[in-house]
Amino acid sequence: MSAVTATEQPLLSVRNLEKRFPVRGGLLQRPVGWVKAVDDLSFDLNRGEVLGLVGESGSGKTTAGRSILRLIEPTGGSIRFNGQEIIGLPTAEMRAQRRRMQIVFQDPYASLDPRQRVRDVIGEALVIHNIGTRADRRDRIAALLEKVGLTADAMDRFPHEFSGGQRQRIGIARALAVEPDFIVADEPVSALDVSVQAQVVNLLGDLQRELGLAVLFIAHDLAVVRYISDRVAVMYLGRLMEIAPSDSLYERPRHPYTMALLSAAPDPDPDAPKTRMLLDGDVPSPMNPPSGCVFRTRCPFALPACAEPEARTLREVAPGHSVACIRDDVGAGMATRA
Amino acid sequence: MDADLTLDIRNLQTHFTADPGVSKAVDGVSFAVRRNETLAVVGESGSGKSVTSLSAMRLIPTPPGIIAGGEILFRGRDGQVRDLARLSERAMRSVRGNEIGMIFQEPMTSLNPVYTVGDQIGEALRYHQGLDRRAARAEALAMLKKVGIPAAERRLDEYPHQMSGGMRQRVMIAMALACRPTLLIADEPTTALDVTIQAQILDLMRRLQEETGTSILFITHNLGVVAEVAHRVVVMYAGRIVEEGDVRSLLKSPKHPYTRGLLACMPHLGQRRGDGGRLYAIPGSVPSPVNRPAGCTFAPRCALAEPACLAAEPVLEPVGPDHSARCRRWRDVQ
Ligand SMILES: Nc1ncnc2c1ncn2[C@@H]1O[C@H](COP(=O)(O)OP(=O)(O)OP(=O)(O)O)[C@@H](O)[C@H]1O
Ligand SMILES: Nc1ncnc2c1ncn2[C@@H]1O[C@H](COP(=O)(O)OP(=O)(O)OP(=O)(O)O)[C@@H](O)[C@H]1O
Ligand code: SF4
Ligand code: SF4
Ligand SMILES: [Mg+2]
Ligand SMILES: [Mg+2]
Repeated sequence: MSAVTATEQPLLSVRNLEKRFPVRGGLLQRPVGWVKAVDDLSFDLNRGEVLGLVGESGSGKTTAGRSILRLIEPTGGSIRFNGQEIIGLPTAEMRAQRRRMQIVFQDPYASLDPRQRVRDVIGEALVIHNIGTRADRRDRIAALLEKVGLTADAMDRFPHEFSGGQRQRIGIARALAVEPDFIVADEPVSALDVSVQAQVVNLLGDLQRELGLAVLFIAHDLAVVRYISDRVAVMYLGRLMEIAPSDSLYERPRHPYTMALLSAAPDPDPDAPKTRMLLDGDVPSPMNPPSGCVFRTRCPFALPACAEPEARTLREVAPGHSVACIRDDVGAGMATRA
Repeated sequence: MDADLTLDIRNLQTHFTADPGVSKAVDGVSFAVRRNETLAVVGESGSGKSVTSLSAMRLIPTPPGIIAGGEILFRGRDGQVRDLARLSERAMRSVRGNEIGMIFQEPMTSLNPVYTVGDQIGEALRYHQGLDRRAARAEALAMLKKVGIPAAERRLDEYPHQMSGGMRQRVMIAMALACRPTLLIADEPTTALDVTIQAQILDLMRRLQEETGTSILFITHNLGVVAEVAHRVVVMYAGRIVEEGDVRSLLKSPKHPYTRGLLACMPHLGQRRGDGGRLYAIPGSVPSPVNRPAGCTFAPRCALAEPACLAAEPVLEPVGPDHSARCRRWRDVQ
């Protein structure tokens, strides 16, 4: 990012991140190939900044989020957090860093242990990180519950006694318990009804501002992502297609895939301009991605040169706005939504 | 029932035995779907959308469920009107998948994993239309082409698991439309799909409807999708209809505070990040179907509620041409 100066070192610097999964097949379940779930991902995140991450199912968003926290082990690249390289960091030191980075999951039902009382769900991390005495912890949990809009007496109840939105609040309280600088929110509102979704989006926004949290916000709903994010990154088949400040990305998208995503988003306003850019076909198998630009098999603007390795290069086209597409002449025809 | 109606549901009651009490999942619902029309049913989780559609196909598991009252009038291909709520299971079997096609959210749960897609589409044609094997196969192939499956000849002999989610949903549509039903019931058909694939499927459904004139009952919780596909809309809340109207007036000038709230909750694509700004949120949550509040069921969450709202349930009253709302204060909803 050009905006990053020497005094303002980014909180998180991801460089050339790669995560490959072996694909097994046959009777003996031998590896028959690899999926590059995340391929050559690089970006910075500043303190207190929200980066939205969008892309088709299977594009690698969850894998990216989890690799960055080392909840799964990346297979390549570098992750600097608070100036320290965390890939390869020994367990004890990693634990100290992990306190500063937390995750909120999509499914509030599956992500909470049904046998644990809310008190223990939230307090577990405090115990692991040896924070506070027993009595301190109780006060702290009560304060956290109030912060996320629940009452302190929720502490003694079990997750099944709460609605989906309330469970997601518990998940957020759990992530905030250890006072992180950074959270990965992986589809935190996707499973919720719109009325409840709005409550949780407001809560996340308030907490983010109040606590100066940096957030990697993964979601499908492009309108919600714009609403909450300072910048937005678009992934396709494991690779970054475009990254830009939110307004720039939504009003002047430069990558054909971003344009297709924006034009496909259903809008409840019957008078909204309907510039449809329907894509043909399906996403290719991630085991066997196209050469060159991975989007080229569905791109209406593809040229022969798009099959060349150079078509993968991410280049900066405006301040802080980078795009992995060799063409500069496709943005003009697209109506944008300002 | 009017000659241009395909489906006319009157005062439907579908209940489940709960412990303790009775869960009135659908509690007095009435609406009609015209010929050539797409009617969308929207509402939040648990509002009774799926139970309504399952009732229309008589697929409510009994027990614990029962169609406790009302009529489900359906006009068949022969022009005759029958009450599906009272039809024998045997007669129902010649309606399902034949006169009424169905598409669900999860194609994998409705496609049989051990048969090729060609066999599955062909099966319905052989059973309902008495086609022989060859004719059924040829018709199945034509349907796969119609729903835009590339290399249809090859795909005909593939199994569902060999296909992507979007392709499986196309197969479901091909299967649902194979017998040329007069009514298609689609319950969240695109909810599990990515937006770019969703756009393809909605486009396909629109084109096929123009071509075949099938009536569509389209169930979704997504008001954006409603704007894309529907001619008319029914909004459900807690097992009841709270608003109904043509898609334009309902989305442009909703007259029930709940519909108004649902629309206000959703940020739109053109909305910038407002620092310190907040989304409108409907306070509270949907009441339990076993224990609904007296009077207006939305009252506990409604900013416009007044004492009279708690005393008696408001009626669904006309608020404009082809537009009605169940709210005493609809004139105050901006
Ligand atoms: N543990 C695993 N083993 C093998 N492959 C995996 C594993 N986890 C993910 N993948 C593959 O990696 C790719 C990226 O998956 P990922 O879950 O990160 O996508 P996503 O963008 O989060 O998708 P969604 O929007 O559906 O959540 C997919 O092709 C997926 O099948
Ligand atoms: N088999 C069943 N047994 C008992 N209760 C049921 C059954 N099926 C549905 N219900 C209840 O009926 C009510 C309405 O459910 P329904 O599935 O129609 O909701 P929906 O509007 O389709 O929601 P969603 O958007 O989550 O699909 C719910 O309270 C649900 O718990
Ligand atoms: S590089 Fe080529 S194929 Fe890729 S997005 Fe740009 S124009 Fe399309
Ligand atoms: S009847 Fe009263 S409580 Fe019910 S929606 Fe209207 S104003 Fe609100
Ligand atoms: Mg994911
Ligand atoms: Mg449903």
